[in-house]
This record gives sequence, structure tokens and C-alpha cells, in this order.
Amino acid sequence: MTADAAQRPPLRLEDARLLDGYGRFTDDIRPEGVLEAHVLRSPHGHARIRAIDLHAARGHPGVVAVWSFDDLAAIERTMPMIIPDPRIRHAKTQPVLAATEVLYVGQPVAFIVASSRYVAEDAAELIDIDYEELSAISVLRDAAGPQAIPVHQDVADNIAGTFEAAFGDVERDIWTAPHVLSERFEISRGHAQSLEPRAVVARYDADAGQLNVWDTTQAPIPLRANLARMLRLDESMLRVIAPDIGGGFGPKMALYSEEILVPYAALTLRRPVKWAEDRLESFVATASEREQIHDAVVAFDAEGHILAFRDHFLYETGAFIPYGLNTPFVTSMHLFGLYRIPSFAVRFEAIFTNRMFCCPFRGAGRPYAAFVIERMIDRIASALRLDPAEVRRRNLIEPAEMPYRYPVNYWDGGPVEFDSGDYPRMLRDALALVGYDRVRAEQPKCWRDGRYRGVAVAVYCEMTGIGPYEGARVHVRPDGRVVVASGVGSQGQGTQTTLAQVVAAELGVAPEQVNVTVGDTAHFDWGIGTFASRSVVTAGNAARSAARRVAEQAKRWASDLLEVSVEDLELAEGMVRVKGVGGHGIPLGDVAAAANPARGRIGHAPEQFRPGLQADGFFNPQQGTMGAGVHACIVEVDPHTGTLQVLRYIVVHDCGCVVHPQIVEGQIHGGVALGIGGSFYERLVYDDSAQLLTGSYMDYLIPTAAEIPHMEVVHLESPSPHNPLGVKGVGEAGTIPVAALLAAAIEDALQPLGVRLMTMPIAGPDAIRAAVRDAAVA
Amino acid sequence: MLLSDFLRVELRLTGTHVGCEHGVCGACTVLVNGEAVRSCIMLAVQAHGATIVTIEGAADTDPDLFRSLRQAFTECHALQCGYCTPGFLISAYAFLREHPNPASLTDDEIRGGLSGNLCRCTGYQNIIRAVRLTARARATPTVQT
Repeated sequence: MTADAAQRPPLRLEDARLLDGYGRFTDDIRPEGVLEAHVLRSPHGHARIRAIDLHAARGHPGVVAVWSFDDLAAIERTMPMIIPDPRIRHAKTQPVLAATEVLYVGQPVAFIVASSRYVAEDAAELIDIDYEELSAISVLRDAAGPQAIPVHQDVADNIAGTFEAAFGDVERDIWTAPHVLSERFEISRGHAQSLEPRAVVARYDADAGQLNVWDTTQAPIPLRANLARMLRLDESMLRVIAPDIGGGFGPKMALYSEEILVPYAALTLRRPVKWAEDRLESFVATASEREQIHDAVVAFDAEGHILAFRDHFLYETGAFIPYGLNTPFVTSMHLFGLYRIPSFAVRFEAIFTNRMFCCPFRGAGRPYAAFVIERMIDRIASALRLDPAEVRRRNLIEPAEMPYRYPVNYWDGGPVEFDSGDYPRMLRDALALVGYDRVRAEQPKCWRDGRYRGVAVAVYCEMTGIGPYEGARVHVRPDGRVVVASGVGSQGQGTQTTLAQVVAAELGVAPEQVNVTVGDTAHFDWGIGTFASRSVVTAGNAARSAARRVAEQAKRWASDLLEVSVEDLELAEGMVRVKGVGGHGIPLGDVAAAANPARGRIGHAPEQFRPGLQADGFFNPQQGTMGAGVHACIVEVDPHTGTLQVLRYIVVHDCGCVVHPQIVEGQIHGGVALGIGGSFYERLVYDDSAQLLTGSYMDYLIPTAAEIPHMEVVHLESPSPHNPLGVKGVGEAGTIPVAALLAAAIEDALQPLGVRLMTMPIAGPDAIRAAVRDAAVA
Repeated sequence: MLLSDFLRVELRLTGTHVGCEHGVCGACTVLVNGEAVRSCIMLAVQAHGATIVTIEGAADTDPDLFRSLRQAFTECHALQCGYCTPGFLISAYAFLREHPNPASLTDDEIRGGLSGNLCRCTGYQNIIRAVRLTARARATPTVQT
């Protein structure tokens, strides 16, 4: 094997067992003698609990325990703030089980443990709860209004927190600009809907004094810390394992009551306990995201150059705000698109409603920012009768201006900086690939023939790879295999393979020689989690640093064994060998064995010595990286049926150095598909009493293979200057511009009808038909 | 008891996954007497006397087809989290077995044939590619002597 081969992207190391049906997802784990739990949830959007009678349920055959709030006195009964923030005025988190009131449909009220889930669900029907129903607020606009009913008695205006940022003199620039446009954008809730529902299994090992918890979490290490605090245990008693996870997309980052209740039950009942969410529960009791109402104003000159941009928006957080202001903050800082904006002001209020709380969902606030700025650019183009692609070109940040830094800080405290890349080239490439000019030229004929064909382009930025840090441990075993452990879990991103590649390249072995464990606190217990497209940036660079240390150790040991100076040694082909002399060296495994001798004198500096080939590495990014891209598509719309056909879909993106092209492309495909679902098909609908009306896959339409178009993806690689691997995050990138792009393309196709689409999701064929009707009336 | 629960809990065959429990997502697809069936909307007693093939046993039923499908899935990166994958493999397997002339399948037909399974990670593109690759390979004429 050559050094080249060591760096050739391998087939994914995760695949074999997943393909053969031997993956280990949380719900596959079934300890001997396991009990099953069920959660009784609030049927009301807002109600006072007058009384709870658990008596009949407790007496039901097969039932082992039935708990309400009063039964949890031994533990911390209020869920923690995951992301505290001084700008939050009311840091409301939910009680583990509802105490005196319920604030959303789906809120956990009672917890039943029984011989099986079938029995537990039967017992739940015997629980008698006396509710006094109260008025519920289900719509953001109502919750923020002057006559709003408070969700929390002590928060009269429903404002959970606020944020504002600005630079330049926006008011003056808007006042003096030759052109000003203002628009309202309404964005409603969508749901990540990973195909694997959430699940938790816990088993207390009395012999070892250890509570083992398997959990579908994106953040096993923070979960362990929270569990220890809430159950009042020492962290060393707890082992949290995030096994194979069937998709995350954000909501599995949040912390839910079941994740506390199941381990607590296993500990107190001294029996293994398991809970797995069903699909309806996933809709009402797993966090969703994103109702926002934006009022944006853009000032521009006669050539379409942006002079000032101001946005005020409302963000709906649901009944509680455990994830803080993260999502609307991310929205705020992505309103720049890839553009030069001389003066800027943003302000938002986070508003409580009687719905399940929110947490970031793939894209995490960015798609809504892209929707606002990109749609505004389209408005500028139509106001000035310019081509929308041309208006984009005129405003793009040029490579010569980089690093282009805005005088605002991102939520990790680092600057918002456009660090590298060639945005005009990405735009040019995307337009050329999609055949933009050709579609434009053919459009009049299409319209004459009654075919509504449109083309559009949209750009996006993605601040990714933020801190605080991640880490990894690299260890070479005497048999030559390399073992890597990191705290970041994987929900399908191929993290094991990518980390194996990074480490293999440093140690001169094949990636297949590397075993990677992620998301098990027994293997590595420093880290934060998988979110914000940050795993490869943070854990990847940490693994590189750990592997470099191990390589140095290996060279020092081999230098003694071979009596060759360290500078003359290299790691390649599974050996530590003399540079340039083929074959003269020692297998890496033998060096590992020699580094841990059973007898004898070692002779290294006594206090600097460490046995074996093993090191930890950490990486704390000084600032986020800035991924970027341009999407373009051609659509055909039937104005009579409202159906949409995507004829061509182009992605030109830059995520810095690509470690594994196939995995990166897969992330983009998945992101675009999620974006198409979220733009056109999927929408959570609530009635006036905050009851969810779309709680199944018959009502909440996830696109199938028949709806998702073929995507053509081009990688442009401009290395990030902010980390040694030169990588930028990519996990969320594909999703970001899709709604803006589809709205623009549909509007473009329906130009003769004068349709306008300022809501996201566009909400399917019905919405298109309605927009066509509205345009006809106007 | 649901067939999916019976397979997963009683027989400990956990390769069959449960995604929606209302027959839409296809993650629980198994073969019942050779036909692709959603095991989350079938009762175990309804399968009395039937032959059931789950992902764990698929390779024993038609090794050539299943192995080439499996290989194509990994080569094409047709799986990410892997949760929907067993259902897709079983559906694709039934689809290709039933189709008289897989070589003639267009991408649109493959997309239609697999539209009973949801995937939230891949955007389907590489799944379609893997199935197309398998269909083409399967149709390579073999000369009988």
C-alpha cells in the first residue's frame, strides 16, 4: 500500500452490519428482564391540573410503577437550560412531569412502567386526571399581540427573550436611499422526523454500581452530566451510550423528560427499563422548529446594490425555552447571505406559545435567513427590472475582499467572517450548469405553449464548525490495529469513516485498520456533541492532533529500537521505517508492544515517560468556518393542479477540503431533500386550541423517491484558514437555500400570472393554486 | 401482537425496524410468502404458517441478487444512518425479483417502485443508483450451455 492508498476514501466502515440487519439502535437493546415504559401526555394545549388519580393504574396487572410529579421528590424535577443566555428574560424549562398545569399537547404528565408497552398503555387509560381547560395560544402572531393570553402567568407579554445587533446608520441609509422595499415573510413550523423515533434504555448493574444508559442522543456527554445532576449521582456511576442513531437532524440534541425518567426508574426499580417513542409522540413530544414572522426592509441603489438592510422578526419558541435563543440568533447572523451589506440592523423577540418547545433542526435558523435575504434580492431585481442572478452577482463578496468581516460576533463569540472561497465563480458555475440563459431564452415560447417553466438561483452561507471544543483519543494496539474514540456521536454522517481516514493518514495505515468508537462515555468523555455541522471541523482536527502525537511517540520508540534518529523515520504502510529505505522498519504494532514492556529498564526521561502509543487530542476553534454555496434549479409548474416538477437541480458548494467526497455529497443530497420537503410538502398545522392536526405520515407529507429530483453536485474546495484540515462544516448546507430557490423558481415559472410566494413552506399544490387565484384577483 | 413486535421482541430479529407504526415509512418491510409486506400493520397471528424473510435471512433466499444489492448499496453510499436500509433492501429485492426485465427499468420506474419507503438522510439519489446498478448487473445475459 502506498501513502496515496492510505488516503483514498474507503467504503464506509459503518455499512456492513447496517446492511446485514445487525446495526444496534437503541430500541434493539433489550436487556434480560426489561420493563417497558409509557408516558401519559397532556391532551390539552393549556390546562390546570386539579387532581391526578393513579390508583386504578397502579393496581392494573403487570404494572410495576406509576409516577406523577409528586413521586419525583428525590430528584431534580425541573429540566435544565441547555443553552443559558443572559438575553433570555424568562428561562422557562419544563418540569420532568407536569405539576400543576400543562402548557402544550404532548407534555408528559405521568410515567408508567409495566411488563410490556401494551400493558403500560392499557394502564395509562386508567389514570384519571381532572383538568380545567384554559385558553391556549397556538399562533405566533396572536401570542405576540397586545391582547395575548399569557402562556406563563408571570410573563404577561409572552416575550421569552430578545436580541439585537446593528452596524452602520441603517435608519439614515434607508431614509436617503433611492429605492426601498419592505416585505413580510411568514415561516411556519416543520419537523425533523428522523425515521428512528427517540428511545431510552437503562440498566443498573448492581455489581459494578453502574447505571448504563443507551439513548438516541446527539450529545451523550452533556446528557451524562445532566443525568448526574438531576438524579444526584456521581458522573462516574453513569455510562451513556449513543449507539447507532437513526437520524438526528437536531431534535436529538435537546434533553427530554424520558431521558431522565427511564434511568431513574431503572435505578429505583432495580430492573432494566425501556421506552421507545411512537410516531405520534414524535410529532407532539419531540422538538420541532421555526415559526418566524419577518418584517424586512432593504435599501438599494439604481444598480441593485444593497445599501442597508433591516429586519425585525418574531420567533416562536413553544411553551418552554431550554435551547435558548440559539435558532433565532443563527437566523440573525445568516441574513448577510454572501453579500456586502454596508449597514445592518436586526432585532427579534422570542415568544412563548402553547406548543411543544423548539430546538434547532437541520439548517438551524439559516434556511429562514436565506429565505428572507434571497427573496429580498429577487424583489430588488423585479423592482429594477434586472435579472435576479445579475443582482446577486453585483452584491457578492469578491475573493479580493476576503477575509470579509462583519462587525458582529457569532454565538461562539467569534467574528462573522467570510474567510475564503470564490462566490462569483460559484454563481457563474451554477448558472452555466443549469443552463440559465437558455431557459430564460426559451421561456416566452414555453409560456405561449401553456407550459410554465421557471429557473432560479439562490446563494447561502453557513457559519459552521464552532467551538467550544471536541476531543479524540488515539491508541495503537500491539496487534497493529488503531483504536480511536471521540465524544461526538454519529447519526449517519459517516463520522467513524471520516475520523478513521484522518487518523490513518497520520499513522500511515489503511483506514480499515482503524476502529472508531463514537458516543460512548466509557471510551471518551470530553466533548459537547454533534450539531452545527461541526463534527469534522472539531473532532476531525482533534483526532489529527492526537494521531500526530501518537506518530511522534512511535518514532521515539522506534528510534531507540532501530538506533536511527527520529528525524530519519516516517510512518507508512503500517510500519515505522527509515525514510527512503524500502522495507527497513518495524511494524507499528510491534512498536506499540515495545512501548509497553513487561520487564526491564526503559531509559526515557523518567517524568516525561508514558507507556504505549496513546494520546488525546483536542481542538478548540478560534472562530467558525464559513461554508458557502449556490443552488440553481429549473421547475415546471401546473397552475391548474399546483403540482411542481423539478427538472434540474444544481448544487455548487464549498465546504473547504473534502475528506470523503461520497459522504459529503450524501450530506448535500440529504440536505436538499430535507429542504424540498420543508419547502413544499411538510408543514405542522395546529388548530385554535393548539391541537396538532398533522400527527401522522398521512398528514405530514415526507417526500418519497418520486418527489425528490436528481441532484448534480459540484465541490469547490477552498481550504478553511481556521483549522489544520482546512475543512468547513457541510451537514446542514444542502438544506439552507432550498425554500428560497423553489419559491423563486415557482414565481419565475408563473411570471405571466404574477404569483408571489412569501411564506415558507410554500405548503404544496394547494398553496400554489391559492397563489394563482390571489394573483388573478389582484 | 404486531408482526414487527413479534419479530423484534420474541424472535430477537432486530434488523426489521419500526419507523411509523402506521404502514407508511416502509422501514419494517419483510417478505411474507415472497411478497413485500409492512410488518407493523400485520398481526403476528395473520402470518401463521407463512414463510417470512427478514433482512437477517435475505442472503440465504437469493444470494446472488441480495449480495449484489448489498454491495451496490455500500459502493453507491446508499445508506447513511442505516435505519431505513433493511426496509429498502427488502423492497428493492422484491421489486427486482418481480420485474421481468430489470435491465429495462428507468430511473423513474425505480423511483416509483421504491416510493413506498421513506428515507430522511440520503435524498434517495444513491439508493436509486444502487438499485439501477444491481438491475443492470442482474440483466447481463448469461449464456446457458
